[in-house]
Amino acid sequence: MFFKIEARPEPSKAMKYFSPLVAALLMLFSGLIIFSLLGKDSIEAFYAFFIEPVNDLYGIGELFIKAAPLMLIGTGLAVGFRASIWNIGAEGQLAIGALFGGYIAIVFNDNSGFFILPLMIVAGAVGGLLWASIPAFLRTVFNANEILVSLMLNYVAILLLGLLVHGPLKDPDGYGFPQSVLFSDSALLPILMEGTRFHLGVLIAVVGVIVGWVLLQKSFTGYQIQVAGLAKNAASYAGFKYKKLIWIGLLSGGTAAGIAGVLEISGPIGQLLPTVSPGYGYAAIIVAFVGRLHPGGILLSSLLMALLYLGGESGQMNLDLPAAVTGVFQGLLLFYLLATDFLIDYRVCFSGFRKEAI
Amino acid sequence: MAITRKQIMSVFILLVCVAGLVFSAFAEEKLKVGFVYVSPVGDAGWTYQHDLGRLELEKKLGDKIVTKYIDSVPEGPEAERVIRDLAKNGHGLIFTTSFGYMNPTLKVAKMFPKISFEHSTGYKTAKNVGTYMCRFYEARYLTGIVAGEMTKSNTLGYIAAFPIPEVIRGINAFTLGAKSVNPDVEVKVIWVNSWFDPGKEREASEALITQGADVITHHTDSTAPIMTAEEKGVYSIAYHSDMSKYGPKSHLTAATHVYGDFYVKTTQTVLDGTWKSDTVWSGIKEGSIELAPINPAVPADVVAHVEAVTKGIAEGSLHPFRGPIKDQSGKVVVETGKSLSDDDLLAMNYYVEGVLGKIPK
Repeated sequence: MFFKIEARPEPSKAMKYFSPLVAALLMLFSGLIIFSLLGKDSIEAFYAFFIEPVNDLYGIGELFIKAAPLMLIGTGLAVGFRASIWNIGAEGQLAIGALFGGYIAIVFNDNSGFFILPLMIVAGAVGGLLWASIPAFLRTVFNANEILVSLMLNYVAILLLGLLVHGPLKDPDGYGFPQSVLFSDSALLPILMEGTRFHLGVLIAVVGVIVGWVLLQKSFTGYQIQVAGLAKNAASYAGFKYKKLIWIGLLSGGTAAGIAGVLEISGPIGQLLPTVSPGYGYAAIIVAFVGRLHPGGILLSSLLMALLYLGGESGQMNLDLPAAVTGVFQGLLLFYLLATDFLIDYRVCFSGFRKEAI
Repeated sequence: MAITRKQIMSVFILLVCVAGLVFSAFAEEKLKVGFVYVSPVGDAGWTYQHDLGRLELEKKLGDKIVTKYIDSVPEGPEAERVIRDLAKNGHGLIFTTSFGYMNPTLKVAKMFPKISFEHSTGYKTAKNVGTYMCRFYEARYLTGIVAGEMTKSNTLGYIAAFPIPEVIRGINAFTLGAKSVNPDVEVKVIWVNSWFDPGKEREASEALITQGADVITHHTDSTAPIMTAEEKGVYSIAYHSDMSKYGPKSHLTAATHVYGDFYVKTTQTVLDGTWKSDTVWSGIKEGSIELAPINPAVPADVVAHVEAVTKGIAEGSLHPFRGPIKDQSGKVVVETGKSLSDDDLLAMNYYVEGVLGKIPK
């Protein structure tokens, strides 16, 4: 053995917060190498990928509407993740939220009124919450693994949404195509910046992040969650009810995802479609971890993730880069994050050719 | 400090979500022509056919135009941004090649009234948005004839994506074609609820073959049905592209659509300044629909019959949906001597006699 891995006696606290930054820088550096391997001028490619998409107001609006569902869901999931409750079902909870909210929009399509939009958001929150309560119930009553249950329910939810959009919620004048009527103006989130798609939902998502921050960082429940995640036994000795935390952990993710679903259909989509999310529920898990399960970090990491999506399109448009580059960047970011995290707790000691003492 | 369960879990979870993402989850004066594709180009399928058209456009008009495509654009809000970016980057003509781009295309077209947009397979138009689609059902009818002649079990298998009129029309045309030469034929349909899912398409193919189908066809995008048929030793009929290299023995023919001519003509009208929003529905007559080369396993008299029917459809003396046509309950839906109108074809929501099962509601 030329090297061995040993635990650091005292993991650096500062690096816990810096490691995502280090990972992002390493990702950028590897990106430059990849760009030059693809025969592109790396500076030009860098510009096309990371600057071009946000060099005008419209682009900045796009960045935020892409980041909004990610930050909202990411924060909701972080509540559970901190307590080691693993909700992988945000994608399905988002679909059910969109279904509930979209149903309200379709029912009131001929009406106008300021009540429709708030009602849609409440319905979406309830939908996501109900869907997340299934794994919570099964976990607390039967001790069923919430990872598997919530993951499998994604498929059920997406199929359910597809079924209803192919059937009763279909636009009757739509030649049988699987999509609902276009929502009326009362069911659409108002655009806040002229000439962009920056809508009220972005602010709602930011409010959601702030609520998450108060819950996690400033409340006693947040403290309980923290303790339960770090040491489950200590939490139960302290008299914290773990079952209650399971419910809180799963339902907060479900509610956030449900609201995010409504924000999507009443924002950029404007109608109910068989698929309402390009994988936000999964991407938000990455966002939550890159953001260190801290709402502030999640806000930043959701913007980074959104930029990677936009950059992929821009790279394809301006430099004929393959669309898969986005996936490569996401993979690099995760890889470096896991690697830097590992190196916070462990160090590599090069032992050279010295004899191993076994 | 040992690696804790929590750390293992977080690694596991990150892996799960990466997997989830992957599956959920590609001259100054010249006219810039943009294309938006729903999937990667690959070497067969819906997007591949559109890209063949784009390449032909480049070949024919390459000195006057440049083309650009953006692939793997999800239907929904992403599409609006991509289409808008193309418009903003000076593209004078933009082809959006998937049904789900309909509303995004219309939204962007409103913001860029001087740019011409062409949307494939939709039903909404605007002053600067035209639509184009192929009469896929004509080729389906022809492949139905081949399948009806080649089946021994009189059971044909059909893997279908979504129960929308376009797909149902294909199933019906295929069935009518098969029954025109073999009245005992029955068609079994399996819905996979996806345009592209090789795993599900393979499972559906296996299920159909187990249920006795000895010719299978598909209205999905992958080559899995052809490959499954080749393995199981039954015949197959491909859709979109000639997929014979994936099943040299099983692949009887394919119902393909060709866009080169349309793209060249449309682009020319934009260059000439005569472009107008239009609804184009073109078929065999216009060269938009073709059969892939027919497998030598098909007898010469069958090939001759297919060629005669092709000619008939091109000349207009023959229509795949010419009465008498009965629905599943035996009710006459098209009277003898009459043909379905385009409006009725576009809204088709019933199975004809000979198709088994029900349309999912």
